[in-house]
Amino acid sequence: MAVESNGSSVCFGSKLPDIKFTKLFINGEFVDALSGKTFETIDPRTGEVIARIAEGDAEDVDLAVKAARNAFDHGPWPRLPGSNRRRIMLKFADLVEQNIEELAALDAIDAGKLFSMGKAIDIPSVVNTLQYYAGAADKIHGKMLKMSRELQGYTLREPIGVVGHITPWNYPSNMFFMKASPALAAGCTMVIKPAEQTPLSALYYAHLSKLAGVPDGVINVITGFGPTAGAAISSHMDIDKVSFTGSTEVGRLVMQAAAASNLKPVSLELGGKSPLLIFNDANVDTAARLAFLGVFSNKGELCVASSRVLVQEGIYDELVEKLAKKAKAWVVGDPFDPSSCQGPQVDKNQYDKILSYIEHGKREGATLLIGGKPCGEKGYYIEPTIFTNVMDNMLIAQDEIFGPVMSLMKFKTIDEGIKRANATRYGLAAGIVTKDLNVANTVSRSIRAGVVWINCYVAFDTDCPYGGYKMSGFGRELGLETLDQYLQVKAVVTPIYDSPWL
Amino acid sequence: MAAQSNGNPAEPFIKIPNIKFTKLFINGQFVDSVSGKTFETIDPRTEEVITRIAEGGKEDVDLAVKAARDAFDSGSWPRLPGCERRRIMLKFADLIEENTEELAALDAIDGGKLFHFAKTTDIPSAADTFRYYAGAADKIHGETLKMSRELQAYTLREPIGVVGHITPWNFPAQMFSAKVGPSLAAGCTMVVKPAEQTCLSALFYAHLSKLAGIPDGVINVIAGYGHTAGAAISSHMDIDKVSFTGSTAVGRLIMQAAAMSNLKPVSLELGGKSPVLIFEDADVDKAVDLALLGTLFNKASEFSSFGFNHVYIKYFLAFWPNSKLLNFLTFFQGEICVAGSRVFVQEGIYEEFVKKLAEGVKSWVVGDPFDPDVRQGPQVDKKQYERVLSYIEHGKREGATLLAGGKPCDRKGYYIEPTIFADVRDDMIIAKEEIFGPVMSVFKFKTMDEAIKRANATEYGLAAGIVTNDLNIANTVSRSIRAGVVWINCYFAFDRDLPYGGYKLSGFGRDFGMDALDKYLQVKAVATPIHNSPWL
Repeated sequence: MAVESNGSSVCFGSKLPDIKFTKLFINGEFVDALSGKTFETIDPRTGEVIARIAEGDAEDVDLAVKAARNAFDHGPWPRLPGSNRRRIMLKFADLVEQNIEELAALDAIDAGKLFSMGKAIDIPSVVNTLQYYAGAADKIHGKMLKMSRELQGYTLREPIGVVGHITPWNYPSNMFFMKASPALAAGCTMVIKPAEQTPLSALYYAHLSKLAGVPDGVINVITGFGPTAGAAISSHMDIDKVSFTGSTEVGRLVMQAAAASNLKPVSLELGGKSPLLIFNDANVDTAARLAFLGVFSNKGELCVASSRVLVQEGIYDELVEKLAKKAKAWVVGDPFDPSSCQGPQVDKNQYDKILSYIEHGKREGATLLIGGKPCGEKGYYIEPTIFTNVMDNMLIAQDEIFGPVMSLMKFKTIDEGIKRANATRYGLAAGIVTKDLNVANTVSRSIRAGVVWINCYVAFDTDCPYGGYKMSGFGRELGLETLDQYLQVKAVVTPIYDSPWL
Repeated sequence: MAAQSNGNPAEPFIKIPNIKFTKLFINGQFVDSVSGKTFETIDPRTEEVITRIAEGGKEDVDLAVKAARDAFDSGSWPRLPGCERRRIMLKFADLIEENTEELAALDAIDGGKLFHFAKTTDIPSAADTFRYYAGAADKIHGETLKMSRELQAYTLREPIGVVGHITPWNFPAQMFSAKVGPSLAAGCTMVVKPAEQTCLSALFYAHLSKLAGIPDGVINVIAGYGHTAGAAISSHMDIDKVSFTGSTAVGRLIMQAAAMSNLKPVSLELGGKSPVLIFEDADVDKAVDLALLGTLFNKASEFSSFGFNHVYIKYFLAFWPNSKLLNFLTFFQGEICVAGSRVFVQEGIYEEFVKKLAEGVKSWVVGDPFDPDVRQGPQVDKKQYERVLSYIEHGKREGATLLAGGKPCDRKGYYIEPTIFADVRDDMIIAKEEIFGPVMSVFKFKTMDEAIKRANATEYGLAAGIVTNDLNIANTVSRSIRAGVVWINCYFAFDRDLPYGGYKLSGFGRDFGMDALDKYLQVKAVATPIHNSPWL
């Protein structure tokens, strides 16, 4: 694992990007924070500073909201025909596509994400998301109502107004567009606060939006911290809706701030402790592959991570053996190295937190099958870690770890599997591995979670909505459902006279 | 139904019902509260006690949630085919209809609602709301998705779980049916807390639900106060969703409690300060009728809004032509969230409008809600009565022209004269705050743009009215007003298929229509690989 210093411009044959945008993006211009303050964004491969970024606070959020408010109340964006918004969004998508390499590299140095994945999957899927919602912009329909007397009634779907988006650091690009694209299609204007760990690509997207012709004030990006900039967004009296993805504890603060300010509606995509249920009839190779994919992809920094793997007793031993073997071939290393399967954790905080959960697991008496330690000489790298014989009441079985830590549990019957899978305060995702159609149907209906993947995992798709049951939040991302979060329903009624029918 | 005076003066209009149900309804049984406490429910016509009701607190809510949780997790209701739920809900609706007279009388003595409106409109419309959602119970569809690779995927719409409903006192029947109807259809179980002022009919519905065959634990009714029982519901860790209708101040507490507990999703239908815009081309007589209906309809308003059946139509169609229905828009006690309390009149017809309004309101009879000639009953309780009177004093002090009313009526009970202020300015308190009483404010405007701007200059956004025959004005203004319902040449035109709810501080989420069902359903996406499919 060769980790090059920040000063060098090439890493494993890939060009490291110049950092072009480090300021707040307000009303179409890159500007310093009013306070003049900046903060460091760190390369998790090395722990070194990449760049200093303008640190937005409440007064910068005020300016951004003012710009977004003007753009909504008086600007062209919400008043354009949907087809014109579509055209501009498609242009935006084209520009993202033309800069895939640079954007993937930004997320790799800022978040430690695998460069190859970014290039081949993450950024292209962003293009796809923008194009998907671009195609929805001219298909936003109200309904004609069936009134019970001589009245004509219909509904209009109108943009909700100024939206605040608060996004996490694990998928900086995907989260930016899961939120910005449907809001753009709906005709909203917005203030986006990317996670302070990963501001770089968001600022780049702001730049591209301007090139694409998205009018000034429609997209504003405020880089900064949650307790300052994030709090200012959630409690702002002139923001009409907040969409948040992140931890359950911060989601709680966002919802409280919304309630205490202008009662803006909120959508929350929060934590998870998602189960993967593997049944006796499953193909062991498939099961092992999905278990790995579910909890080790993106270094386990995945809200839908299958961090509880429940295995039926008949296949348990064989699966454990397979997983141990598989783990040996799993390469942890620099995200620019094409042979790497897993990069560094996003920052020191996260790195320390994961290691402390691993220590908990050991102390609580789970069997450490593999991993369990940091790796690499510098940077925030952790070995893929698998615990077996995990009990439901252990901390590692209950808390969201958000790192490469798998807990294996054994179960006997379908009913027991369902019951234990549901014994969590979360309900974001679930996986089922079986060939039996009846098992698949029963279990998928029984699990209280927003997404159920059968014989697949992390199978996100633009047309497939996902979001939480229980304390994993409410509201949905992706799919046409998401558009609803950014639209108001207005009902209009007028008497009708002499209509031949009702 | 035996006559009972409840201490009232002689009842020439109708027999007052015996009060049969005064206890909490938990797991299919009427029970005392755990604490043994009770509270008084007052007849707003006389300020006298009707009866004492069990006062539910936190521990009673816990019991009710436990029953609802069991009914959801292990009971039959969410597992029934939709058509079975439909059948039971239709039976429930029939039972409500069979008891219309008694239910209407309960709301009249408890909420001061006009008895004849309740009988002809409120209660029948509540029954019909159950029928509407009964018909939806077997039509809850997911979608098959168009995936971008070899995956088969679909969505399931599943009941969200245990629902908490907190309802207000202004339309007890409609609010109960608007919340309970769709959540029953979705397969949810629930804890309902009616307003402490108007518990009687809710307990009667609980009784009827059992007769209809709704399983024990599916509907639980906890009578009690907001800061105890209501707070226990909104902060409960085992309630999956809270639906609230009431004031913005309380809505805020509920959303905070939800955030601090289990982050349950919330829907809020809150206050309003809804504008009615009357343009120069409007028929002034009709406009006056609509304005009165829109504001004064407090006690009267209740009936016409949701019920809208025969009486409503009769009122509208019969009264409109000869403009006797003057007060419709604002008065009728004005205890309605969508009250058209800000009436904007274009300058060309302003003088004529104000003159006719002053005449029209004279025919507005305030009195006992059981009297069929009465247009406006008493305000619901002493607190509300005093609050409305204090706003009227504000209006006088701030210099608005008092066109009519302005004082309590000279009789026992919480009666207030229908009150109209003209020449109101946008910055006066009566122009900005929700009064929730029979008080109309009239403003003058010049251009359409000005009217739109001033109509939108409010923190609320629940409803709006437009009176014009000009199609272009109607289209421009209806699109421009930031409000959840826009009524053109009508007002209070509620309908079961018509979703309504707020923009801005008026809340979020929709009641009625198929939109309301979504609040009680989860979306679950299921995906699986497909192999060798002939197409994607």
